[in-house]
Amino acid sequence: MKTLICIVCPRGCHLNIDEENDYKVTGHHCEKGETYGRNELLHPVRVVTSTVKVNSDIHPRCPVKTDQSIPKDDVFHAMKLLDSVLLTPPIRRGDIVVENIADSGAHFVATRDLDT
Amino acid sequence: MARQDYELIVIGAGPAGLAAALSAKEHGLSRILVLERDTELGGILNQCIHNGFGLHYFNEELTGPEYAGRFIDQLDGSGIEIVCDTMVIRLENSDDWRIVHAMSVEKGYQRLKCRAVILAMGCRERTRFAIQIPGSRPAGIFNAGTAQRYVNIEGKMVGRRVIILGSGDIGLIMARRMTLEGAKVLACVELLPYSGGLNRNIVQCLHDFDIPLYLSHTITNIEGKKRVQRVTVQQVDENRRPIPGTEMYYDVDTVLLSVGLIPENELSSEAGVKIDRRTSGPFVYENLETSEKGIFACGNVLHVHDLVDYVTEESQAAGKAAAAFVLGDAPADSGHVIEIKTEPTVSYTVPQTVRVNEVERSLRIFLRVNKIWEETSYIVFRDGDNVIARFKRDYMAPGEMENANIPRVLLDRVKGNTLRVLIEEA
Ligand SMILES: Cc1cc2nc3c(=O)[nH]c(=O)nc-3n(C[C@H](O)[C@H](O)[C@H](O)COP(=O)(O)OP(=O)(O)OC[C@H]3O[C@@H](n4cnc5c(N)ncnc54)[C@H](O)[C@@H]3O)c2cc1C
Ligand code: SF4
Repeated sequence: MKTLICIVCPRGCHLNIDEENDYKVTGHHCEKGETYGRNELLHPVRVVTSTVKVNSDIHPRCPVKTDQSIPKDDVFHAMKLLDSVLLTPPIRRGDIVVENIADSGAHFVATRDLDT
Repeated sequence: MARQDYELIVIGAGPAGLAAALSAKEHGLSRILVLERDTELGGILNQCIHNGFGLHYFNEELTGPEYAGRFIDQLDGSGIEIVCDTMVIRLENSDDWRIVHAMSVEKGYQRLKCRAVILAMGCRERTRFAIQIPGSRPAGIFNAGTAQRYVNIEGKMVGRRVIILGSGDIGLIMARRMTLEGAKVLACVELLPYSGGLNRNIVQCLHDFDIPLYLSHTITNIEGKKRVQRVTVQQVDENRRPIPGTEMYYDVDTVLLSVGLIPENELSSEAGVKIDRRTSGPFVYENLETSEKGIFACGNVLHVHDLVDYVTEESQAAGKAAAAFVLGDAPADSGHVIEIKTEPTVSYTVPQTVRVNEVERSLRIFLRVNKIWEETSYIVFRDGDNVIARFKRDYMAPGEMENANIPRVLLDRVKGNTLRVLIEEA
């Protein structure tokens, strides 16, 4: 049995999920919690946000994010990929910074504009 | 009018200031100036690189810089004058004019005249000294927001072994951020029996990395000569006093404080704007005008918001009202004025005063409750004993701002001069 807090709405129900019983969810106040609990145990995913180095004195870092959620287990690996990146302005929101993270199909993209 | 005379000056270019200026422009003003003390626009959003902004307003999850970027883009070609690196140091009010005193390296001291002012200065973090932790004063103690700035904007790590005091959203977000950057976050410690942060942050920032959250606990000692070396954490009783025998010791080099935000209102008070002790922000009318004629307020300087989407909405309303004021549609002070009074279950409302004639179709009232309501309950507005409006809620918590939209027709039914707001169980 696993316990989780549902994050779909502010109520934050405490869910119990029974892995031995076809991932049956209890403790939810609505159906959304059931779906959330099941997905969160079967294939949890996260959007990762961080920063990368920029070749600029005014703006030493540029914020980035994964353009889709990636499997939770790949988060630290994804972070590692950012260490070797060095961007040179101009940078535009949405510019791809790292392509196809760990074959997930997701890319790291810049989340702000930086001019020279 | 001389060249420097503006119709509107907006102080601060965070999401509040930007939305207010754009809205004032849209509602007919042409000579608008925005003053920002930082070197760039966007305010606190620039350092909030995580996602979770804009779900209500844009229907997508954006990061802070992306949310700010959407508004900064709209400024291009809008004719709104924006000046960065300029700090407003004083504000004066007279009947017809507002005078804004500002300083910048480039232009030195300036005295700018305008018809209306919008306060959008945001808030600052409470400091360690405001909460008085005993112990020595070594390096390694940061406000969580300051640490966020170092890490996200300047790319500097602030520590390797970290403990966090306070479970507000900034502290939670920083727990994840420091962990992703390779630090070890040992615990998050909260004085109250519940967290002030959003559930999603507790799950995705603490649970994801097995960081324990100790509720009803606090840091009772910080030791270290030059740098923090050890902290003591203790459980507290109902009166928030440490319980002897519950000591836990942590070897850490860094303490992050996330103990709350306070609206930044020194400027406002000096100009005579009356401050509400419940919000630490100005008292405002239904149109977000403060106690001083022609001075409006929105965003975190008015009350601390957890969602930027509401900041945007509120600031658009302030921009619209300031435009109406400048263009001569100022609200008449006559007519039915209602004061909204909070009962002990509600910690504050914004606005605090309503000129009923000025309300078009309905009035949105923001409020916070002062404890967790887990069972279905009602936000109730009463005129004496008469119920004017009732809003059902399944769940309410102090960390989540509530709002209630009261139709004008119901406000018209209020006979007295006060409207009481309280929470009642179903
Ligand atoms: C760390 C943190 C995390 C957050 N996370 C989320 C989230 O995940 N989702 C969400 O929706 N919301 C979040 N919020 C809330 C949201 O970001 C804020 O409510 C919003 O940014 C407030 O906007 P503002 O314009 O009122 O203030 P700010 O963004 O603080 O802007 C105020 C501006 O005024 C300027 N200023 C101040 N004084 C002067 C002066 N005297 N002269 C000139 N300029 C001045 C400042 O430099 C600043 O640029 C978060 C807030 C913080 C602090
Ligand atoms: S289960 Fe439903 S009610 Fe409970 S937190 Fe999740 S979404 Fe909200």
